[in-house]
Amino acid sequence: MKAGSNLEKVLAAGHFAVTAECGPPRGADPEQVRKKTPFLKGFIDACNVTDNQTSVVRMSSLAGSMILAENGIEPLMQMVTRDRNRIALQSDVLGASALGVRNLLCLSGDHQTFGDDPEAKNVHDIDSIQLLDLVRMMRDEGKFPSGKELKGAPKLFLGCAVNPFADPYDIRVPRLALKVAAGADFVQTQCIYNIDKFERYMADLRQRGLHEKVAVLAGVTPLKSAGMAKFMKRNVAGMDIPDEVIKRISSVGKKEQPQLGIDMCIELIERLKGVEGVRGVHVMAIEWEEKVEEIVSKAGLLPRP
Amino acid sequence: MIVAEQKPLDEILSALGASERVLLVGCHGCVTVCAAGGEKETEQLARLLRVAGKTQGKKISVETVTIERQCDPEFIEPIAAQAHEHQAVLSLACGAGVQLMAERLGSIAVLPALNTLFLGVAEEKGTWVERCQACGDCKLHLTGGICPVTRCAKSLMNGPCGGSSAGHCELDPELACGWQLIIDRLEALGQLDQYEKILEPADWSRARHGGLRKVNREDLK
Repeated sequence: MKAGSNLEKVLAAGHFAVTAECGPPRGADPEQVRKKTPFLKGFIDACNVTDNQTSVVRMSSLAGSMILAENGIEPLMQMVTRDRNRIALQSDVLGASALGVRNLLCLSGDHQTFGDDPEAKNVHDIDSIQLLDLVRMMRDEGKFPSGKELKGAPKLFLGCAVNPFADPYDIRVPRLALKVAAGADFVQTQCIYNIDKFERYMADLRQRGLHEKVAVLAGVTPLKSAGMAKFMKRNVAGMDIPDEVIKRISSVGKKEQPQLGIDMCIELIERLKGVEGVRGVHVMAIEWEEKVEEIVSKAGLLPRP
Repeated sequence: MIVAEQKPLDEILSALGASERVLLVGCHGCVTVCAAGGEKETEQLARLLRVAGKTQGKKISVETVTIERQCDPEFIEPIAAQAHEHQAVLSLACGAGVQLMAERLGSIAVLPALNTLFLGVAEEKGTWVERCQACGDCKLHLTGGICPVTRCAKSLMNGPCGGSSAGHCELDPELACGWQLIIDRLEALGQLDQYEKILEPADWSRARHGGLRKVNREDLK
């Protein structure tokens, strides 16, 4: 065990893992986090806590992680390199581990012009790959990148994110190889709608033997409506939603679309379970946490180990 | 070259305030090449200031001179006496030139007529684009001759991020993804294996983060 997190244990035991996502609130009210916990507790192995996603200011991911932990959900803290230099990142890594966080997802973060403070400076002193390497070194070698000894190495199961659907395709698997070399123990993917392209990505990934080095958690997001699908296809860079998916969700009336979206998500998970190298799913039910239980349950993934 | 552009006339007039005798100083360096502060632009600005003075009922007397480089004291010295016959000097050089003029001319106000923008290249006639951020630690030999610090909106040293779409950056569909450019160039050079090496965190102390930068060449002294 590298960190001894629940997620690490579930994967090590060969179970199909389930993670979900929780965005901290745009305010200081902890109740906003607590009220989501009944929808997640017992249905997942760990829950991502986002770090000012889309560059919109929210309660910090560390605080959100602690509130989840107090309520019996294992946090998977996200950390972006956009807002902190290497000094602050190292310090927060130590603090998170000291407070009991055992999973860390290393990201570069959305560009600040997408958020409410487009005038902000982006730091990017180091990038997500360099952050993985930095934390891996602190954890495994007990040293700071400067070479100085740590008094107590952080215990963190390290993750990264990949988007198999972004361009150029040819470097997507090599890019994951870089992240694995830097220290990623698991990877969560961008939400999958184009299963054919994802299967091609997994085949390329297996050809390099990466499925034996990193646990792939396939990202899924249930569609709430045809409008949401069209919006994401149009406005989110690197989001690949095939026309047939949009056609299918549009084939029923607006009232029936949310349920069809859930059903399509469950079907997708069933198919992903059969893809060699996929070790779990990451269910990103955006502001729809109350549907996580239904999705996980109908996909045959309950009870959790 | 250093690329600059002229400030709005209103801002220049406001900075000049009550000064009635003004010396406009152009520069034959970079700002001549990017058509912001050469001899031609200096004469044009002088005409605009004279007209603006008349419409505002002020008697602005404007003289002009364009020197070889405002970033070199040897070219500033010869105009020092002329400058002191005026109440203000309006410099059409980059920020470096304005500052050296102010330092050398001492007791006379030196005001900027330009906004200094970036280190760039002429893409076509009338278009200049940024290419270098003077980070002090060039990695172009590793990235196919394309700078990730400048060309990637996040300055990622190991890109591209997930926002790269059909060769474009998610910030702007007109903007090329710097890392797509790097990968294409590495491929054309037969160096795609270079991509599989992790670039270490940069030494930003060699950029502005390390304080004022200086080059000291004993061999030239």
